[in-house]
Amino acid sequence: MNTVKKYPKSIIENFDLYAPKLVSKEEFFSPGHRACQGCGEALAIRLMCKALGKDTIITNATGCMEVVSSVYPTTAWNLPWIHVAFPNAASVGSGVEAGLTALRRKGKIADRRVKSVAIGGDGGTMDIGFQALSGAMERFHDMLYVCFDNEAYMNTGIQRSSGTPFLASTSTAPAGKKIPGNQVWKKNMAEIMVAHNVPYVATATPSYPLDFMNKVKKARRVKGPSYIHCFAVCPTGWRSTSETCIKLGRLALETGIFPLYEVVDGKYRLTVEVPEKRRPVQDYLKGQGRFRHLTPDQIQVIQERVDIEWEALMIKVKHSKSREELRTLRGK
Amino acid sequence: MSKRVGMEVTTACAEAAALCRIDVASVYPITPQSHIAEHLSEIVNDGRLDASFMTVESEHSALSAAMGASATGARVFTATASQGLLFMSEILPITSAMRFPVVMIIANRAISGPINIWNDHSDIMHTRDTGWISFFADNGQEVVDMTIQAFKVGENRNVMLPVNVNVDGFQLTHTVEPILFPDQEEVDRFLPEYVPYATLHPDRPVSMGTLGVPEIYAEAQKAKDVAIVNSIKVVKEVWKEWEKLFGRKYEPIQSYRTKDADVALVTMGSMGETAEIAVDALRKQGVKAGLLKIKLWRPFPFAELKKAVKGIRVLAVTDRACSFGGPGGPVFSEIRSALYEESVRPAIVNYLIGLGGRDVQVEDFMEMVRKAAKGKLSEPYEFYGVRG
Ligand SMILES: Cc1ncc(C[n+]2csc(CCOP(=O)(O)OP(=O)(O)O)c2C)c(N)n1
Ligand code: SF4
Ligand SMILES: [Mg+2]
Repeated sequence: MNTVKKYPKSIIENFDLYAPKLVSKEEFFSPGHRACQGCGEALAIRLMCKALGKDTIITNATGCMEVVSSVYPTTAWNLPWIHVAFPNAASVGSGVEAGLTALRRKGKIADRRVKSVAIGGDGGTMDIGFQALSGAMERFHDMLYVCFDNEAYMNTGIQRSSGTPFLASTSTAPAGKKIPGNQVWKKNMAEIMVAHNVPYVATATPSYPLDFMNKVKKARRVKGPSYIHCFAVCPTGWRSTSETCIKLGRLALETGIFPLYEVVDGKYRLTVEVPEKRRPVQDYLKGQGRFRHLTPDQIQVIQERVDIEWEALMIKVKHSKSREELRTLRGK
Repeated sequence: MSKRVGMEVTTACAEAAALCRIDVASVYPITPQSHIAEHLSEIVNDGRLDASFMTVESEHSALSAAMGASATGARVFTATASQGLLFMSEILPITSAMRFPVVMIIANRAISGPINIWNDHSDIMHTRDTGWISFFADNGQEVVDMTIQAFKVGENRNVMLPVNVNVDGFQLTHTVEPILFPDQEEVDRFLPEYVPYATLHPDRPVSMGTLGVPEIYAEAQKAKDVAIVNSIKVVKEVWKEWEKLFGRKYEPIQSYRTKDADVALVTMGSMGETAEIAVDALRKQGVKAGLLKIKLWRPFPFAELKKAVKGIRVLAVTDRACSFGGPGGPVFSEIRSALYEESVRPAIVNYLIGLGGRDVQVEDFMEMVRKAAKGKLSEPYEFYGVRG
């Protein structure tokens, strides 16, 4: 989102200034949940639910969000919600969709579109729930999957996942005297979903709330599978201060570490502009205890990788074509 | 009107599920279950049944998806065996805890290793304590009947539990048998539409599967236990109703020639029919043999067992699964413990038989009875006819 410095000229031009007023005041993820102060995941869920609206069923994988929101006999959920286990949110959600579809077709429930939305952390999505997610997307269920990626298994104590960034210190990949933290690069989950031919894939973060909510709304409209990879700051696991939650999300974008884009029918588009001159990754890394041990050389290695990944993404943004465009080209 | 049709039992089982008008099936292939999945998908794709058939990517997802669908109020069916059952084992106790009346056919098969596709009961025993009601079928007719009965029992408002029907792999699944099929109208009358207690729907949002802290976890376990213990009443009612409608009698423990029996075999599943022949042969030779067939494994029919063993001097309990380093097979230890407090009780011996598809013949059962007559074996449990 561009921050508008000039005096607003017209509503359309400065839509983002007015748009927050249009956001629903209704809360489906209510206060009183037990998330830590400054939890990016909890904020993202609140925004997601607003964008989804009432006709939604949530399937939640085990993880922080399930634990903080559903301590029996309380619940933070004002939407129908189910939790079964850690690896299977996608399969349970696909079953919800199959059940709803069958019951609607057979006239056993009202003929009204209710969206099945499955959510999980990076662990529940990229690691243990990977197979279930791949299956659900491949089977082309009318469902949305949102991964809340806080880059480690936070619920169980900050263990490394395949979403953990290179060299980050976690409880199972600690910054040791010999090995300085996590030794491999983060898995690119959004790309893997694009490779599934999922009609709508997007990256998002609650640091850009309107962008995120718009993407949720778009994903909801898709009649088929859609996937959103939501970057969610975890102050507790990242050893960052809670008031920097929003700022870190913005820095992730401005450094190019976590670009915000969407892939519609195979075509890439940046949804939030990144400054021409991207900020150095150092700006993002320095506020976080998990990167405290990094040497300038190591930061340079990360910088180079981010630059390369950025270029790779730009090539896709410039040259990718939607299936529809390809079809038209072929006809010519 | 019922119709008699010659059919492979797996095919019959899929037909039975279709007669129950299931809304969703999610099944992952595994021998010897696969024919059920295949035939059911054929029924759906031919338009004979209005259901969503989910070709999931694993058994873990098969049961997970089944739960998701059940949570919306759908009538749901799944089936598996062996490694597949073990692969879904994480989800089994959650299905019962969340009280989803999913029905699952288990085409019983030995668990690896070594890998083996043939029949025994090690798969179901591995997942015994997960809170599912467990039926054991003797023959194809029982498989069809029990599949239909399973929905009626599980969906009963006082039960609300998942039910598995155990069908011996190959011995039963791949046998062609003449089977009496009730017609659709009869099944509809017996099995009305599923009325769920609570469903996932925006009109009445509920949270399912919340976190159980120590102050509530134990109560949740007790609630599940109370539900399954009490379900025996419903099982027996449903079986009575079935008998009235279709003339076929089902009992938790079925006794065969035990009135004056001296030694009685105990079996579960398809071997019961072979054992019956052995009992007849022994009787001809003047040996007072009998047989108890366990049809309801969970909830275990304690009272029925105590009644059934009255007057029997020796029980020869057969097990088709091992409890390594334990007291003997799972059926044996169950029965011995069930009878512990009886002032007059039979001697009990244990044979481990038919592991991984090992054939057990009439003569074997006769030999087991003869040996058991002494009231004691040389070992606490015997791997019958096994080398080494
Ligand atoms: C099969 C299984 N393995 C391990 C666990 C333990 N466990 C529960 S949540 C969790 C990590 C969750 O991490 P993530 O999905 O990233 O969510 P977060 O808590 O970070 O939001 C783990 C390892 C489990 N519940 N089930
Ligand atoms: S540990 Fe992190 S993800 Fe979990 S509730 Fe706290 S801030 Fe949120
Ligand atoms: Mg995480």
